[in-house]
Amino acid sequence: MNAIEVEHLTKKFGDLTAVNDVSFQVAEQEIFGLLGPNGAGKTTLIRMMTTLTPPTSGTARIAGHDIRADADGVRHALGVIPQAFTSDPELTANENMLIHAKLYGVPAERREKLIHDLLESVDLLKFREALVRTFSGGMRRRLEMARGLVHSPKILFLDEPTTGLDPVSRTNVWEMIRNMRDKSKLTILLTTHYMDEADKLCDRIAIVDHGRLAALDTPTALKDSVPGTDSVEAEFEDTPPDWLDQLQHLAQSAGVTIHAGVVRIASHDGPSTVAALMDLARVRHVTVKKVSVTSTTLDDVFLHYTGSELRDAAHGGAGYDISHLYR
Amino acid sequence: MKFFRVSALIERDMRKFFRSPALMMASMVFPLVQLVVLGYAFGGKIKGAVVAVVDQDQTVQSRRLREMFNGISAGPKTFRVVEYKSLPQAINDLRSGFVSAVVDIPYDFTQRFYQHNRPRISFTEDNTDQFVSSSLLERVQQMVNELNTPDVEPRLASQVDLNVVEMYPYIEYIKYLLAGSIAMSIFIVAMIGGGITFIDDKARGLHEGYLVTPIQKTELVMGLIGAGALKGLMAGFILTIIGGLIAGIPRLWDPVRLVYLAIVVLVASVAMISFMFLVMVRVDDPLVPRAIFGVLNTLLFFPSGAVYPVEAFPGWLRWISTVDPFTYTVHALRNLTIKNTGFEGIYKDVLILCVFSAIMIAGSIALFKRQL
Repeated sequence: MNAIEVEHLTKKFGDLTAVNDVSFQVAEQEIFGLLGPNGAGKTTLIRMMTTLTPPTSGTARIAGHDIRADADGVRHALGVIPQAFTSDPELTANENMLIHAKLYGVPAERREKLIHDLLESVDLLKFREALVRTFSGGMRRRLEMARGLVHSPKILFLDEPTTGLDPVSRTNVWEMIRNMRDKSKLTILLTTHYMDEADKLCDRIAIVDHGRLAALDTPTALKDSVPGTDSVEAEFEDTPPDWLDQLQHLAQSAGVTIHAGVVRIASHDGPSTVAALMDLARVRHVTVKKVSVTSTTLDDVFLHYTGSELRDAAHGGAGYDISHLYR
Repeated sequence: MKFFRVSALIERDMRKFFRSPALMMASMVFPLVQLVVLGYAFGGKIKGAVVAVVDQDQTVQSRRLREMFNGISAGPKTFRVVEYKSLPQAINDLRSGFVSAVVDIPYDFTQRFYQHNRPRISFTEDNTDQFVSSSLLERVQQMVNELNTPDVEPRLASQVDLNVVEMYPYIEYIKYLLAGSIAMSIFIVAMIGGGITFIDDKARGLHEGYLVTPIQKTELVMGLIGAGALKGLMAGFILTIIGGLIAGIPRLWDPVRLVYLAIVVLVASVAMISFMFLVMVRVDDPLVPRAIFGVLNTLLFFPSGAVYPVEAFPGWLRWISTVDPFTYTVHALRNLTIKNTGFEGIYKDVLILCVFSAIMIAGSIALFKRQL
């Protein structure tokens, strides 16, 4: 049985379709990633699956519980770590854990040991009596991950788990996620706009853009689906009108695209393509301002399937920001 | 509804409350300051008002009248007499605010007195200040009544005597105001510890952390209202004790009365926090509760009879009093603190507050959005 089954989920806000007919399944003990820029619909999708927002149409089943018919069953089955920090800053780490344990009905005789073990697993045991408002972002995220497991769920949802964290904290959180899956046999669904996070953590990735599911496969298969194994990026001056056509015929070239003035050539052998490029430029008196070679990344995958770069889409997307209320 | 989830939310709020003495202080300092300042500012008897006396008669009876005025100046000191020779000058000074009233004894006062021909004196008052003018008028009327008392009482009296009996000893205004101050304290806790905190938590995203748990809408609402009611009970009861000591409530430590006071404070807390919750249940902007705090405070506090009797209000204001939970809170607290009536004096108010609370809670549950 699949741990998560999503069937034609759609969410509309007036004329805006935030999630458009998304379907996928997640197997048990899989780490499944939803990769896309801010505003792609990932958070809306996860909110529907966690019963925080009603879908406009479609449904999903979480551990066999339908989100429309059995919302209570879904909430019991899930652990959720939302994107924004939801731990209470005016309580201690221990109190945050304790209140959640009580809300989930964890028996009193189990609570103390469970909270102890969970805080130890996220390396916060020595801070258990500290107020959460004294915590760093990384510490707070780790606390919330521990809190999400207080009722021993089998499925964990993480919405942008490392957004806003420093590189060291991010690595710690990744390690924690892997350990959770391995030790607790968890199924994990996470959303992210970080390529490296999706690449390193996820067994499978679904690329989401403008509310639609653009692609779904393992990271390796997604990268293999993009023509070429390398990506050559270059910027030119004084290019003739047929320059892009000329580039299509370069050695080992698998396709040429241009985006924001940068030419990207998918190549089966990056160094060979670069050598051929330089020769061609010399012959046609084209100035090469910049050239670089990288292996195919998920950004290339994203560009291939959506037509825009993940980092550009991230800058243009809507953010989850409530700070205007406090200005 | 699972009580363990309700109690978990109450526990959360109470832990935060005890960690924040600022709220407790804020909910008590303002009402206490108001109690003391207003209680002593409004409660005193008028003393030392300046009354101009113009004696145009200058004979035996007018002199007797002037002696009576001087007696008031020396004794109760309600007013201080300043003698004027010219009536126009005295009226001018009255208009300018240098004196509060002018008593004119006309030139023919003694002559009419002996002729039994309706001798009269005139009393011109500055009625822009109703408190002073009514106090002065009352004093002067007492003096005139004394003058009209015959020297020899008739053997058989035919006029009607009025026996006035005061049920309670003199009640200073500060005691009268105490009930309103206690109600104010409960309101502040409901507003800050309930309304503002609820919206702030929502804006910071803390609610999302609870909405993903199995907690039901009813449990969430009851938990938040329960926590607010407990906070209101603590603040209100502490203010009852401190305010009662300041105001000089006799036998304050009567255990039966303390129990009834706790009941009224608890029921009033539930009423006010549930009212506040209903007002805020669909609000997302943290500025809204702060903006309406003052307006709500005025709308609820003054029409309740806390500072002035409801019986003196115009019809439209009495309608506000009728639906205002403060009104029943003040009435019940006043019955207990001033009259010590026992349960028979408060049961109607308690019942009305319970019904009010039930309606507010039902509305809150109906309007509460369990989803984002």
